[in-house]
Order: sequence, then C-alpha cells, then structure tokens
Amino acid sequence: MSLRNVLVVLMLALCVGVGMPRAGAQDDNAIERELERYRTMLKDDPWSNPALLDAEKGEAIWKEKRGPKDVSLEACDLGKGAGVVDGAFAELPRYFKDANRVMDAETRLVWCMETLQGLPRAEILKRPVSKANQQGTDLEALTTFLAVKSQGRKLDAPQGHPKEREAIALGEAAFYRRQGPMDFACATCHGETGRRIRLQPLPHFAKPEEAQKYMGEWPAYRVSQGTVMTMQHRLADCFWQMRLPLVDYGSDLTVALSAYLAAQARGGDITAPTIKR
Amino acid sequence: MRASVIVAAVLCLAAAGAAMSAQKTANVKPAALDRLMKDGFKSAAPDWQARLVQDETQKVCSSTRNNPSPQVAQALRRREKAQIVYPADGVFMGDWKTGEALAQSGYGLRYTDYPPRQETGGNCYACHQLDKSEVSYGTLGPSLVAYGKVRNFGAPFEKAVYEHIYNPQASQPCGSMPRFGTNKVLTIEQIRHLVAYVMSPESPVNK
Repeated sequence: MSLRNVLVVLMLALCVGVGMPRAGAQDDNAIERELERYRTMLKDDPWSNPALLDAEKGEAIWKEKRGPKDVSLEACDLGKGAGVVDGAFAELPRYFKDANRVMDAETRLVWCMETLQGLPRAEILKRPVSKANQQGTDLEALTTFLAVKSQGRKLDAPQGHPKEREAIALGEAAFYRRQGPMDFACATCHGETGRRIRLQPLPHFAKPEEAQKYMGEWPAYRVSQGTVMTMQHRLADCFWQMRLPLVDYGSDLTVALSAYLAAQARGGDITAPTIKR
Repeated sequence: MRASVIVAAVLCLAAAGAAMSAQKTANVKPAALDRLMKDGFKSAAPDWQARLVQDETQKVCSSTRNNPSPQVAQALRRREKAQIVYPADGVFMGDWKTGEALAQSGYGLRYTDYPPRQETGGNCYACHQLDKSEVSYGTLGPSLVAYGKVRNFGAPFEKAVYEHIYNPQASQPCGSMPRFGTNKVLTIEQIRHLVAYVMSPESPVNK
C-alpha cells in the first residue's frame, strides 16, 4: 500500500471514529496501528510528510512581497538578527526589545507582518488557525517553515532577560491555576507520568524528559484535522477542553505557557513537524 | 569521618538545590496571574470571562498545588460538604443505562457546545475504567470496575458515590475530580443515573 493510500485509510478510520458518539476501542486501536505504520513509512521517506507542503508554502509566503509596504518577511528579526531563519525557532520564545515583550514564533510573525509589511492586525488575525479540513492558514505555514529551519537542533529558549524569567514564572503559575466549571488546571492532566485521557497518553511537563520529547514535536500534522496544528492552537484546544473561553491568539498567557513549557523542555530535539492523530 | 563530611556536604547541596527550585516558582503575585488570565481571554464574552474567576477552593488548591495544610484542608472539606444538595426523595439510584450514556459522553460546556445540541455528559471514561468491556478508558482516576460488587452493593455506598460525584472535594480536598453537582455541570437526576451505573447489580460495571 502506498503512503497516500495509508493516509486515506487513516483519515477514513478517523472520520468513522469522530462520527460515532461511542468511538469503540477497537476503532481507536486500529487508528493507532495505522498511525504507527504511517510513522514508520515516513521514516523511510520523510518527504511524504504532508506538513512539508505547509513548510514550502510558508517559505513562499516568507519571501513574497506583501502588504501596503510591499516587502517580504525576509527582514524580520526572529531573535538572531534581521533575516536569520536558521535555528531561530529553537530559541523562541524570547524577549524582543522592539516590542518590549516576550514572543513565541507565531506572535513574532504577527508582529513582523504588522510592522514590516504594514498589514492590519485584524486582517492577520482573521483566521490565525484552521478548523478541521479547512485549508491551512498563512501563520500555520510560516510557523511550520520556521520549525523546519530548526529541525535537528535543540530547544534552547533564552532565560537571561528578566522579562523571559517573568514569563516562565507566570506560565508555570498559570499551569497550576485551577478554574472553570471542571476545576481544571493544566496540571490536572499533565502533572503525572503515565496517565492518559481515554487512550490518549498525556505528557507530564514537570518531567524534563517528557517535556523535551513533546515540545520538540510541534507544529504537527494532525491526520484527524487534515492540517498542521501550531502550539498556539494546541494550547487553545486545551483551554477548550477545560471549558474555558477561546483564548486570544498570541496573548501574553499563551506565550507565558509556551515559555514555561519551553524552559521545561530545554535541550530537547526539534523533530517537528511530526504526525499526530 | 571523611565520609560523613561528604554526606553532610551532599545533603547541604541537595537542600540548597531544593530551596532554589522552590524559590524559582514562588515570586508570582496572585493579582499578576489573575491579570494574565483575564488579558488572555480579552475577546471572550463577560459571562465566559466569569469562568476564569476562582472560588475559594480553586484559589487554595492552586496556590498550594493541591497540597493544603491540614487546617485549610479541613475547612475546605467542611465548606464543600455544605454545598451538597441531596435528592428530595432520598433515593440515590437512577437508571444505570442512562448513566452509561452519560459516562461515555464528553459533550457540554465547551464554547463549541452552544446552543446545546444534547445534554451535558459526565465523561467518566475520560479518566476512569468502568465496564471492563470498554477498553477506551483513561487512567487519571482510579479504576471503578466492579465498584458496587466489591462493596456488596451496600446502600451507604450509594450515598457516598452520590456525594463523591456531586462534590468530591468534600472528602478529597484539592483532588483532581470536578465538582459535578456544585459546579452545575450535572443535575441531581443525572448524578443519580451515574450512581446506578456504578452501584447497580444489573450494571455492566458490576458484571
């Protein structure tokens, strides 16, 4: 069976699983098996990873002259100097003097689109992330492009600036904050090793080795959604599960959580974009 | 002699390390955290933002990382116990089949669930094993396989299970399980169905 066929089978299996209120365990197991088979095939042929199409699209957007100022993003400073893309993703989130705040890859991209290209913020944030089976967004493509340009490097977000340390501390406090009708904190599900929701394993983020493995995997291509999911989107999904409102894309809260998780994951390998269910 | 010096030095370093890691996380003011949360959901409607406001129990459990002092825990237990509303007729058992559907369903209270298209579920299987023929179960909570059976279907346990679903913090201060009744996630009627699912001799949980 070709890779493409495996992917089609996988998507069909997931559609069936999603469509039925009681997704049987056998379906779940079958999906896991297919996913594992797909991941194995990907190792033989990394170019069959659908997220690489997003990365390519992202590179094209990065180089395209856009916005009222008709310039590309190539002069965007991602922390290692204007225009330096290689390895920049590995050192995010970080403090940026020009914005006077800590930013992750996605927040920084928005900043550059706004300040360099002059695009209106409302337009940039009209559809920051895609819903299931929608076409991927520009921000998803750009973020995937940046991640690919740090592939094989270690997660190494700086912690030297007081604002960086403040973001990490705030992110940690937010991680343990319980709220909402379910009394959930992030730590409720991610505070112990070897736990799972239904059959889904949960990383324990206080453990560096688990944080390292998990954080290096994003952005990831989600087979059930048919699109790439970024860390901002992943965090929004957690808040959704916690029965909290839709979190603002690129807020200080999501950046602080990312900063905390990146600090926990420091030294982990960047394997993104990976394949998730 | 030399060994004891080394041991003392190691212990000293370990203590310093522990102190440092504790210090690393201690310097966030509750007001700063509240502001961060509020600002993170600026575009949410006011009734949704209200979900970010913590009650006393959530505050205590957050600041102590679910490890309150014995005195605080006792006060918390008492406060939560007082929150439990019991069925007017004193019957704790509903219909186990309805309970099973509720235990399977994770629907409800998410921003994509409005206007509601079905009733809110208890999502018990997300965290607990119940019917052992259902292999898609979570492990955040303990297994409840044969829960009623191993307790000889004792009537006092019906009440205890009801109380635990209604407000688990009345017995386990700062435990992970949601306060389904007190937080108005589930109704008294729904909780009774779940009690039956766990406690009824006919329920597959006890087969």
